[in-house]
Amino acid sequence: MDRRKFLKASTAALTTLGLGASRSRKAIAQTGPIKIGLLAPLTGVVASGGKEMVEGVQFYLDQVKGEIAGRKVELVIEDDASNPDTALQKARRLVEQGNCHMLMGDLLANTGLAVANYVKGTGTPYFIPIIAADDLTQRQRIRNVIRVAGYAASAFTHPFGDWALKQGYKKIATISQDYTFGHEQCGGLAQVFTEGGGEIVQQFWHPLNTADFSPYLGQLADLKVDAIFAMETGADATRFIQQYASFGLKGKIPLLGAMNATDQSVIRTLGEECDGIIAAAHFAEGSDNPATQKFTREYEAKYGKIPSLYGFSMYSGIMWVAEALEKLGGKVEDRDAFLDAVLKTELVGSPLGKTVKLDAYGNPIYDVMIRKVAKRADGKYWNVPIGSYPNVSQFWKYDPETYMKQPPYSRTFQGIKKA
Amino acid sequence: MIEAAASQTKFSGLSGRALAVVLIVLVAAAALPFALSTYQVGLATEILIFGVLAMSIDILAGFAGRTSLGHGAIFGVSGYVVVYASAQAGLPPAVAFVLGVLAATAVAVIFGLLAVRTSGVYFLLLTLALGMIVWGICLRWTQVTGGENGMRGDVRPAFLVDHRAFYWAVLAGVTVTSCAMWRFVRSPFGLTLLGIRDSESRMKSLGYNVPLHLFVGFAVSGFFAGIAGAFYAMFNNFVSPSTVALAQSVEGVLMMIAGGVGTLFGGFVGAAAIIALENLVSAYTERWQMVLGLTFILLMIFAPEGIIGTLRALFTRKERQSTVSTKGH
Repeated sequence: MDRRKFLKASTAALTTLGLGASRSRKAIAQTGPIKIGLLAPLTGVVASGGKEMVEGVQFYLDQVKGEIAGRKVELVIEDDASNPDTALQKARRLVEQGNCHMLMGDLLANTGLAVANYVKGTGTPYFIPIIAADDLTQRQRIRNVIRVAGYAASAFTHPFGDWALKQGYKKIATISQDYTFGHEQCGGLAQVFTEGGGEIVQQFWHPLNTADFSPYLGQLADLKVDAIFAMETGADATRFIQQYASFGLKGKIPLLGAMNATDQSVIRTLGEECDGIIAAAHFAEGSDNPATQKFTREYEAKYGKIPSLYGFSMYSGIMWVAEALEKLGGKVEDRDAFLDAVLKTELVGSPLGKTVKLDAYGNPIYDVMIRKVAKRADGKYWNVPIGSYPNVSQFWKYDPETYMKQPPYSRTFQGIKKA
Repeated sequence: MIEAAASQTKFSGLSGRALAVVLIVLVAAAALPFALSTYQVGLATEILIFGVLAMSIDILAGFAGRTSLGHGAIFGVSGYVVVYASAQAGLPPAVAFVLGVLAATAVAVIFGLLAVRTSGVYFLLLTLALGMIVWGICLRWTQVTGGENGMRGDVRPAFLVDHRAFYWAVLAGVTVTSCAMWRFVRSPFGLTLLGIRDSESRMKSLGYNVPLHLFVGFAVSGFFAGIAGAFYAMFNNFVSPSTVALAQSVEGVLMMIAGGVGTLFGGFVGAAAIIALENLVSAYTERWQMVLGLTFILLMIFAPEGIIGTLRALFTRKERQSTVSTKGH
């Protein structure tokens, strides 16, 4: 076969393939199923978390046999590629072309903020169980963006700062990834800790995807602090915890972590180097609460791993939406009634084993647990609660209006009280 | 060179027919919103915007022989300035737009000063590095740029909030811009760039100031990329470091290559092909990036001159064949 013939033949083959694919597209029904547009990073830097987000949603839908309030649920999954521009494009597609009744998901704050800005214009309900950016339920609220089963970044580090004071810690140093999620978590801890008389000796901000932490660990070791707070996610968390141990700091200086630093998605791959790290969170997979145990057991049986924050949050998030829809008789088309129902719904079936409700700003109120990484009987590590703060608001003990008058936490504003 | 000259004479010889084609395309483009859903109109808007970005890269790559990997950054700077000026500083959208384009041109001037003395892979690397610097600044200068989270705001003026109205506004802007680019590359100045592409040393010995020409070419190209960036900011009402990232530059270059290097209007075809593909394939599989990659490989095997380049070659062949056959009768 000469080159020209080969070109012709293969072009023809490709064309037929293309036509076949376009013919198989289904017509969109006007009524019928509840259409949920799920945005998750299935490619890009946080793809592993994105896959667990999808699992969490599917796990719930399987349990209810794909039906909410007597209506079939059609789940449309789109990849946001960990990129805000792509997330925006996919959100447009889901809303304008897919006619989804609601959007849900996104992992990285920048993708969530981009989509939130878009749905502000369209009015589409958008649920964010993972996006933790403080201001979405504080200074820049959007009525149709609701943090069902999620958390504001600084909500858990406020009580954590208080807990650190109670341990008698006087001096703490923080190390964090240099982006808003890190600034907010460190800020929450720093503000409460310094207002209670503690001192933040130094704060290190390193770029995302830092391979070598030794320059930071060297300085941290010399600071003579009572504890170190590390705000790390994903591969950075894994590397930091490993290098902290191999630097010989483990056991010498207590390591406190942001909840994501000791999430299952991180410690699943680690051994004893993660043992004993303490973090504050609403969810502890090693809790002895029967509801949590049941969820963890079933999830593990189905997916072969202990559920992470991503699976848990998305599972609870879709359950929240479902409980609201049950009350409405499935009438998802009436947006105002739907949003009101979600805001008023108190989540009964949560794996936390306790009813969860939203505050007036659309952020859930949780019992925050202080959890410690411990070895399970079978040798795997998980988070076990060692203390708790009941009914913690995202504003901690501050008055919401006064709190929101202070600037949002950033690298330059950490709420640190000058001694 | 001979081939290029031949196609040029033909193009100017057929200017009447070409004008008719341009008019038909424009009318068809203007009528699109009546036939498409709002989401598809959004895609069409995006295609127009990225088409301009690809064309601005083509000015350098196709006509001056310098492929830039920094145009995403220039494009993004314009977006940042537009969003900042309108959402944070409260300036009217038109002023924000102009400021954005000016800022992009300024960045292109700086890039140009540093990059014009290099060529080939060094030019590629230098523009890449400069783009990364811009990206780094956008990512780390949190107080101004919003860091990783980017900036949001309602950038569009009230009368352009509607999808169709905005599409038509972009179409009008893009038409004027592409016309300007077309005039630019066919001006004596543009022909000098072509000369530099084909033989830098000859142009030098003929007395042309090669670095100056390249510098001006770079600045003008940046100006056009800035227009695209300003439109993009208005389209998204949002800008973040991913808009100035290397991936953005690469996407622009890929669109240009897919359309055809040195064809200028190929930029639109490339943008249309890539954006359509992205959106069509991602509906079926999460491995859409792999499909995209395979498509590029196939494109490079079957149509190395890009879509427009190949079509043009086919056209020429057909015409030659028909003249041969008429002669035979």
